[in-house]
Amino acid sequence: MSQEPVLEVRHVTGGYHTPSLFSRGKNNYHEVLHDVDFTVYHGEILGLVGESGTGKSTLARMILGLVKPEQGEIIHHTPRPQIIFQDPYSSLNPAYTVEWSLEEPLRIYGKYDAAERKRRVREMLERVELPEECLKAKPDELSGGQRQRVSIAAALIRRPRFIIADEPVSALDVTIQAQILRLMRNLREELDLSYLFISHDLNVVYQLCDRVLVMKSGRIVEQGTIEQVFDHPQQEYTKKLLAAAE
Amino acid sequence: MRKRKINGYLLVGLIITGALLLMTLIGAFHTPWDPNAMSATEKFQAPSLAHLFGTDRFGRDIFSRVLKGSGTTLAIALATVAIGAVVGTLVGAVTGFFGGVVDDALMRLNDALTAFPSILLALLVISIVGPENKYNVVLALGIVFIPSFARVTRTAFAGLRDANYITSARLMGASNGRILLIHMLPNTARVLLPAVTIGFNNAVLAEASMSFLGIGVTPPDASLGYLLKEAQSMLALAPWYALCTGTVIALLVFGVGLIGEGLQKMDREVA
Repeated sequence: MSQEPVLEVRHVTGGYHTPSLFSRGKNNYHEVLHDVDFTVYHGEILGLVGESGTGKSTLARMILGLVKPEQGEIIHHTPRPQIIFQDPYSSLNPAYTVEWSLEEPLRIYGKYDAAERKRRVREMLERVELPEECLKAKPDELSGGQRQRVSIAAALIRRPRFIIADEPVSALDVTIQAQILRLMRNLREELDLSYLFISHDLNVVYQLCDRVLVMKSGRIVEQGTIEQVFDHPQQEYTKKLLAAAE
Repeated sequence: MRKRKINGYLLVGLIITGALLLMTLIGAFHTPWDPNAMSATEKFQAPSLAHLFGTDRFGRDIFSRVLKGSGTTLAIALATVAIGAVVGTLVGAVTGFFGGVVDDALMRLNDALTAFPSILLALLVISIVGPENKYNVVLALGIVFIPSFARVTRTAFAGLRDANYITSARLMGASNGRILLIHMLPNTARVLLPAVTIGFNNAVLAEASMSFLGIGVTPPDASLGYLLKEAQSMLALAPWYALCTGTVIALLVFGVGLIGEGLQKMDREVA
């Protein structure tokens, strides 16, 4: 792990606006994140833990540029970060085959001809350890684990350097979880990736991550290496989370 | 692997509709009798092998007239649904996808149009676009049909907006047009196809009502609705005229209705 940052989140505060025709000007603003500040370094897997509703997914959307921060700034050192979602059932377009879904990001990119796109799709399919038969399948013909592998392949096909994984194994069986986590770890080495790994499952974070952020009500209350945080938690909230995960 | 199975509703619907379509298609090129040829000796004949649906007060063959008429009715219904579905889907896609003020404004306009009785609205359009011919009927009904399609597709597009695969497509840099047409539209088929079948039936019935009221198709064109209007004037002497024409309308609506029902059932089974 180096000290070269791939992502800097600097004192970010923000949330959601809900505009409507008859309430223009009125402030329908719901603040979710308060002064969030951290850095993701090259090659690391940074865990983000906290109970549901604390703003983890909002933070992910903000990093991806889908929600604008009110204050603070988000500095990307890599182009086009991608995301892997929790629910493998809604992360693939049900109308199209796996091959189409994997090829689509390359079509949008527009720099490769059809033959090169096909070659890259096959190579990525191999990396996520799926058989070639999967290419012609629609998502509803695949298992949850297979779908999650396809989602990972689709997120990686344009070779991003930084990936946000939002509860990527929470919807899967324990045995499948272990396989997907091992795959993510291997891909980090092979493709030189850095992850922000969002999870409410501290056991999974302990297995996979190098460092961890603890979030409570939109604030980062504690951060450090896995050993620091899990073995010597400083905050009451972290201790409670750890106790609940025993 | 799960395969989609054709169910009974869909099968019967397809058979009925297919048979009617085939006969109408043949009728467009060949009818057993000239639908407009009058015959003084063959007035008010009851249905027979020579005249399947009997003859009217001028001795014209009703079966041949119904074949021609259903051609006009089908063409009007298809064109109407095409206008309603294309424009309605466009409006629904834009409002459902972008949301916000445009959505609010267009949907309130939609509410206003929906609150209007559709025949009255069609009459209004007819009186604006001028003298009646079948293209004006298509235009009037098409406009009347836009709101229902807009509403149905808006809900579908709005529901897809936050789907993870749409977020992913956006992160990949897909344009709004590409997201709407390529990523979203195929996934609205499950609500769009049943809506098209219902819309088609409503169009058949609306055309029949309008022509019956005399604000729709006028001679030399003849539609099923116009034939019903004719039949009404000789109900006592040639009851088979209204009966046969009405049955064809009913069968058409029934068949397409079954297709719509079957499509929805198939969708539920897969989901």
